Amino acid sequence: MAEIIKIKVGTASCGLAAGSGDVYDFFKANSKGIPVEGVGCIGHCYAEPMVEVETSEGSIIYREVKADQKSLDNILELGAENRLVIPEKRKQHELLKVTRLAGKIDPISIDEYMANGGYAALRKAQGMTPEEVVDEVKRSGLRGRGGGGFPTGLKWQFLAAKKNADKKILVCNADEGDPGAFMDRSMMESVPHQVLEGMLIGAYATGSDILFIYCRAEYPLAIKHLKIAIEDIKKHQLNVINGKALDIIIKEGAGAFVCGEETALIASLEGRRGTPRFRPPFPTDSGWNGYPTSLNNVETFANIPVLIAEGAEEFAKVGTEKSKGTKLFALAGDLENPGLIEVPMGTTIGQIVFDVGGARPEDVKAVQTGGPSGGCIPKELFDTPVDYDSLNSLGAIMGSGGMIVIGSNRCMVETARYFLDFTHRESCGKCTFCRVGTKRMFETLERIVAGEGVEADIDFLEDIGPKIKKGSLCGLGQTAPNPVLATLRYFKNEFVDHVVDHKCSALACNNLVDIKIDPEKCIKCKLCIKNCPVDAVSADFIIDNSKCTRCNTCIEVCPKDTIHRVEKGEGYYSE
Amino acid sequence: MLEQFSYLKEIDSSRTYLIKGLQTIQGHEGYISDDAILAVAEYFSVPDVEVEGVVSFYAQFKRSKPGKYCISVCDGTACHIKGSTMILDWISTELGIRDGETDAEGLFSIETVACLGCCSLAPVLSINGKVYGKLDRKATIKILKEYRNNG
Ligand SMILES: Cc1cc2nc3c(=O)[nH]c(=O)nc-3n(C[C@H](O)[C@H](O)[C@H](O)COP(=O)(O)O)c2cc1C
Ligand code: FES
Repeated sequence: MAEIIKIKVGTASCGLAAGSGDVYDFFKANSKGIPVEGVGCIGHCYAEPMVEVETSEGSIIYREVKADQKSLDNILELGAENRLVIPEKRKQHELLKVTRLAGKIDPISIDEYMANGGYAALRKAQGMTPEEVVDEVKRSGLRGRGGGGFPTGLKWQFLAAKKNADKKILVCNADEGDPGAFMDRSMMESVPHQVLEGMLIGAYATGSDILFIYCRAEYPLAIKHLKIAIEDIKKHQLNVINGKALDIIIKEGAGAFVCGEETALIASLEGRRGTPRFRPPFPTDSGWNGYPTSLNNVETFANIPVLIAEGAEEFAKVGTEKSKGTKLFALAGDLENPGLIEVPMGTTIGQIVFDVGGARPEDVKAVQTGGPSGGCIPKELFDTPVDYDSLNSLGAIMGSGGMIVIGSNRCMVETARYFLDFTHRESCGKCTFCRVGTKRMFETLERIVAGEGVEADIDFLEDIGPKIKKGSLCGLGQTAPNPVLATLRYFKNEFVDHVVDHKCSALACNNLVDIKIDPEKCIKCKLCIKNCPVDAVSADFIIDNSKCTRCNTCIEVCPKDTIHRVEKGEGYYSE
Repeated sequence: MLEQFSYLKEIDSSRTYLIKGLQTIQGHEGYISDDAILAVAEYFSVPDVEVEGVVSFYAQFKRSKPGKYCISVCDGTACHIKGSTMILDWISTELGIRDGETDAEGLFSIETVACLGCCSLAPVLSINGKVYGKLDRKATIKILKEYRNNG
């Protein structure tokens, strides 16, 4: 039998939420001398808690591991049970470059990072002139991964050109505001050094003096790992660039989506309300406390060590003509295998959702890319390649990499309402069109899902959407109508169903459905009667829809799956 | 400045650390009281209305005392699609309080948040920072009962 060298337990947030903390503790206490190590996330979050066993003959991954002796014995024997088998069709599309070390090494060990090639790129960059580094990034074709897709090299060139500035500031945007995206979290938790190495290379290339990381407060583990990593960087003096020790400062966000926008983020870094401002002056001219400032996303920085290590030409071999390299996507929603994936730019949505994500075509209606700034893409268009320009042309956007699969049993109108609920609350209030316009859109959508919509509501949404986009200063308002406009473009029929027939074909909108027990199948166990919070189920098992709040409790507690949502009018009403 | 907030002195008093100051207070006290606003204003040398302005802008800051266990129900996109509205509904019914409220004993409070970064386990919630995933009604109620029994 192969000899076991090390047992690695995935202890990133996703693993911990699934119970890997207990697995780690149990294994560590009972592993009979075999080293047990906590590692980051390898991306297969659906299979958490996961354990990887490194042996003399390669490694084996176990899925859904429990914190008990049976699980541990199975693993120590390299047993066949619960092995994670990655399907061939997934492997075919994945290309792990940026995430190469994610989940493979101890995130907070600088030694392990270095033993795996870490900080070699920083050394290589320091052997080049700063101009050469900027040029290398330019030639690679790397574009910002935060959503805008602006060429990174060009941005660095602007900052580098500020030769006479007293101080220059480089910021890592780790706000990850798209609700439903977790690429940046995963990278910061799993390989914090890679992000920091990218920042240090950026600081060398642009001549920056202070490095900020603006991290979302909901990511405590990422913040912890970054803090440890920064301490180690200082110990190894890796932050000494051109003889000067750079400050690396973590600032926690405080829960405002708009603070992902660069001018708002800078205001927040200054300790103010995160309100965007008019540009010019651009941050590279006047940013944090008036100093030239440049921002990049976490994933953008994580790409830099890869790019510098292999060289611009090699980097540019992957991807499409205008979108180079690989892209991380956070796959979630209605699919078999949600998790973090890395694929070459140009992979089609269908390949991602079906082959990598394991979704069944018949169960899927659409995907949402770009979160609240993006749009939905219907299944019919799934052969579209993911790159900045193709997705823009569909009225969706690449965004930062959140990709939510929407199942065929979901209501698209309700989903659009959800996004406007989010954006209208997150609008900072500065621009009237954004502040009032998104609220009007939201109210209209609320009416529609409540079954009180009229046909003119659809015209209103189509009319006001483009006006909000035009009348807003920052990207929030300029993109907030997108989810509604895209849904109107591809799923207008669902809107029409809601406003004309007052019907929700997905049976999702509470005001447009009834709840009914199938008397043939009911075994009269009374669980529904006992659990109904409003006493809507009668002693002879009939649900009174005039009392029922559609909370689904009975559906969840029914052991025989005999209670269902049905079209409005099909249920019983006492009044 | 009140003695209660003397730990602020460990933070740089320049304006850029104002949010950090507020976060530190919330970490200690659980919320930002009127006294806390005055203390921060004094320490960072900014008018108290401006501190109030910052506090009201950011969703993280609470102006009233939360319960011992703060339940954050995720309503990010993935969790929403997977039924977070129902999760919130069930918790509200079970505890008799709504989103944003604290129960009479001061044991539980409920808030909704936009994404905890564990979207692959949706729907999720967190209680005082510990995340629970792949929830259905049964699992949700069980978690609440455990916390209630622990008091
Ligand atoms: C409302 C709004 C929210 C944003 N949120 C984020 C975010 O959470 N993370 C991010 O990296 N960029 C975000 N951006 C984009 C940033 O403004 C900026 O373009 C980006 O950080 C630049 O980095 P990059 O060139 O490496 O992509 C947001 C933009 C807007 C308008
Ligand atoms: S959407 Fe709930 S954790 Fe991300």
